Amino acid sequence: MNRFNQTIAQPAQSALAVNKVIKNTYMLLSATLFFSAIMAMVSMFLAMPPMAYLISVIGAMLLGMFVLPRTANSSSGIGVIFLITGMLGFGLGAILTLYLQLPHGPQTIATALGGTGVIFLGLSGYALTSKRDFSFMGGFVFAGMLVMIVAIIANIFLQLPFLSLAISAGVMLLMSAYILFQTSQMMNGGETNYIFATYSLYMAIFNIFISLLQILGVFGGDD
Amino acid sequence: MDNIWLQIALAATMGMMLFFLYPRAKQWMQNGPKAEQGDWMAAVIPLLAVVGFVLLLIMLV
Repeated sequence: MNRFNQTIAQPAQSALAVNKVIKNTYMLLSATLFFSAIMAMVSMFLAMPPMAYLISVIGAMLLGMFVLPRTANSSSGIGVIFLITGMLGFGLGAILTLYLQLPHGPQTIATALGGTGVIFLGLSGYALTSKRDFSFMGGFVFAGMLVMIVAIIANIFLQLPFLSLAISAGVMLLMSAYILFQTSQMMNGGETNYIFATYSLYMAIFNIFISLLQILGVFGGDD
Repeated sequence: MDNIWLQIALAATMGMMLFFLYPRAKQWMQNGPKAEQGDWMAAVIPLLAVVGFVLLLIMLV
């Protein structure tokens, strides 16, 4: 009887833990996105040069690689994630200042922002409701990331417009697949740390927004 | 991207990222769960929807 009770209690506990991770992740993600938007506005108000974007991205990547893994299991991890997302938001402000100077800049930014929201909510909703496990995409997603990083490194020096556009399209698709994978990981207990989950989803949203902004900036507003 | 030192710093950071991601990618490719029948189709459909949505946005802007 005792053993029977345990078998019922364990999945219930596991479901509770999963729900807690999902709830905490989306709450922290909302807070970091809001903070990021405030930092972007600060950066735009200060009219930061485009160089600020590169410095912010480098700083955020270094924090993500070296500091976040050491702090993600403690409360200081929350401070680190706000620092990373704040830096990225600040850098983003410099890019948005550039886009605002274009003829269709405000419309492009608004469309990219709305589009990113629809893509993220749509894919997350699909992964949460379809009951499918997208963990099988792990190999594809991480191998794709390696290919994209090599292409990005090459294009830092080559600066080919076509390659830049191809990278944006590739990153957008890859990050879309990553949202399916990461959401599935949270649902199936593969990701139990909500700080890492937030970081992953934030990076996916950030990359989709930047890529969409570039794609719309190139193709949009030809009239 | 005029500053060559910033370009080098960015490339070096991306290189480090590559170094960090490689073991994870290798592990997922070798030991990750394999797709079952219909799994890829279930993943490709929303990704195609994203492509269609982006094309729609391009036409709207």
